[in-house]
Amino acid sequence: MKFKRIPHIKSVETRFVEQRQALFDDLRHLDRRQFMKVSLGAAGAAAAAGVTHPFHSFLPVDISGIGRAQAAESADGGFRFAYISDSHLYARNINDRFLRQLLRAVDDINALDPQPDFVLYGGDLAQLGQKEELEIGAQILKEVKAPLRMMVGEHDWYLDMGEKWRELFGRETYSFDHKGVHFVVLMSVNEKDFWSARGMTPMERMSTVAGLDNAVQSPFEVGAPQRQWLKQDLAKLSRDTPVVVFSHSPLYKLYKTWNFWTDDAEDVQALLQKFDHVTVLHGHTHQVLSNRIGNIHFHGMLSTAWPWPYAPEGMPPLTVQMNRPNPFDPNDGLGDGSVQVHPDGLVDKLYSFWNRNPMQVQASYLASGGRKDAPPRPLAASY
Amino acid sequence: MRMSIIFGALLLVAPLAFAGDGNSADTPQQSPLGVDDRIDVLLCDNETKVSIARNDSPTRESGQQVSDALMAQWKAKHPQQDWVEIENEKHDVVPPADNSGLVGNGQGSTYGRVTAQDVATWERETYKFAVRGSEVFHSGDELGSSIAVSCDMCHPRAANTHPETYPKFQEQLGKVALLRDMINWCIEHPVRGEKLAQDDPKLRALEAYILAQRKGKTLEYGKH
Repeated sequence: MKFKRIPHIKSVETRFVEQRQALFDDLRHLDRRQFMKVSLGAAGAAAAAGVTHPFHSFLPVDISGIGRAQAAESADGGFRFAYISDSHLYARNINDRFLRQLLRAVDDINALDPQPDFVLYGGDLAQLGQKEELEIGAQILKEVKAPLRMMVGEHDWYLDMGEKWRELFGRETYSFDHKGVHFVVLMSVNEKDFWSARGMTPMERMSTVAGLDNAVQSPFEVGAPQRQWLKQDLAKLSRDTPVVVFSHSPLYKLYKTWNFWTDDAEDVQALLQKFDHVTVLHGHTHQVLSNRIGNIHFHGMLSTAWPWPYAPEGMPPLTVQMNRPNPFDPNDGLGDGSVQVHPDGLVDKLYSFWNRNPMQVQASYLASGGRKDAPPRPLAASY
Repeated sequence: MRMSIIFGALLLVAPLAFAGDGNSADTPQQSPLGVDDRIDVLLCDNETKVSIARNDSPTRESGQQVSDALMAQWKAKHPQQDWVEIENEKHDVVPPADNSGLVGNGQGSTYGRVTAQDVATWERETYKFAVRGSEVFHSGDELGSSIAVSCDMCHPRAANTHPETYPKFQEQLGKVALLRDMINWCIEHPVRGEKLAQDDPKLRALEAYILAQRKGKTLEYGKH
């Protein structure tokens, strides 16, 4: 048997990047009429992928005007906020990659037109809770044009138990109201003391928590004092008030080995049960993740640092997984996103990937128990 | 699963505690109280020593106390010796296959004659190899990362490494890749370190750990 020389084959991602570049190159040479045609084509392609609300990249929204028109159309009296999450920054002299990725997310969000009402930072700004890491993160996030709401993650916390983070960003647990929606920000990554008995230094404690698969640490929990605060915070609200909760860890029990888990999740869910519609937005899992428990809809957030694989067990049946990230495409599976809040408090969740098409999980998908508006299934699932 | 390599050595030493006349000690102990009916018990390293009062009615418990005292001293002198336990407590490495069913004479051939000690040795050594891989896998320093990145950041417990799918053609590498080629690619690119030689103990250990974590998965070479 004779072997022929293997022909030069362009990789999937090379072809994708080339096509994308060709599109943008073409845009520079268009007259207005042709430009509209191309832009509409791009919008159509995104719509075909199940995306209905204004997306971040792909369409050059800042110059086309189409993004603006669409935003007004889909507004229906609701509003939109954006998010950036899980940047895991090291100090500048240690790792430039994660810094550049956070800068990219900030540029992305700042380019949104119209601007979101506010931007949520979803926690894990730092990798090892260092002063330098949190400070450079704060410096980069100062560039965000829209008002910024901060949430804390375990990587920000366990070196000095939140001291530096609080100095830079204020309280870790708070609530606010925006256009009729009640927002609650929780510190859901409390761990029971595993370090004192082992005589760990603060850095050893931090490194232990920083290892996702390190079993020496304790499971995350909101904790009794904060649950008491939450109960009081919610007491004054009527049952038809839309409530949106931000927590770094998912407020349910998915996979304990990686702390995709909140130990007192049921107790927190019980406090939220009296409302018609509750949405929980969480970080930590670095992936597309959807779940619904009764009246509570759950959505994950993308990371700007690295994607996590899906847990080998315990996956919520409503989650349509994102394709397995391609290691040869350095920023694949990463991005930021936004949330369109409807007047009834239900949300459409947009995952705005940097290097692939956006993915949207609509309110109707979770509300219908997955029967309506399912996002496209992945071809290369996690395994 | 817990390892007890050192303790085995100690059990051999423990009976010395009952030797009685102190003739087993190399040098007679001059106790501070001037009482000389004390016995020195030496560990097999010929250095670690416990001095005990003469005991005419030794019990299992008194022997155990001597063993424990020696063990505590030895551990204090060799803090790294528990590395398998320490690493395993963090990352719970999947244990190797159980070969205890092979113990016995079988049909009398050489290969069919396996002792419990053989099986214990296979298991212990194989497991140590995989656990060593877990240490490297979880350490940016051991991997030589210039940006403090380690394998577990994208692959907790080696998830999404699917070693059972190699060899397979990777257009990005322009060739059919083995698991070790992908490990080295990851070390050079996301981890930003120097790639390892094919026989580097760290590369071998990484391969062992990744395979260990996927124990029981069906081989499907060529799968993308």
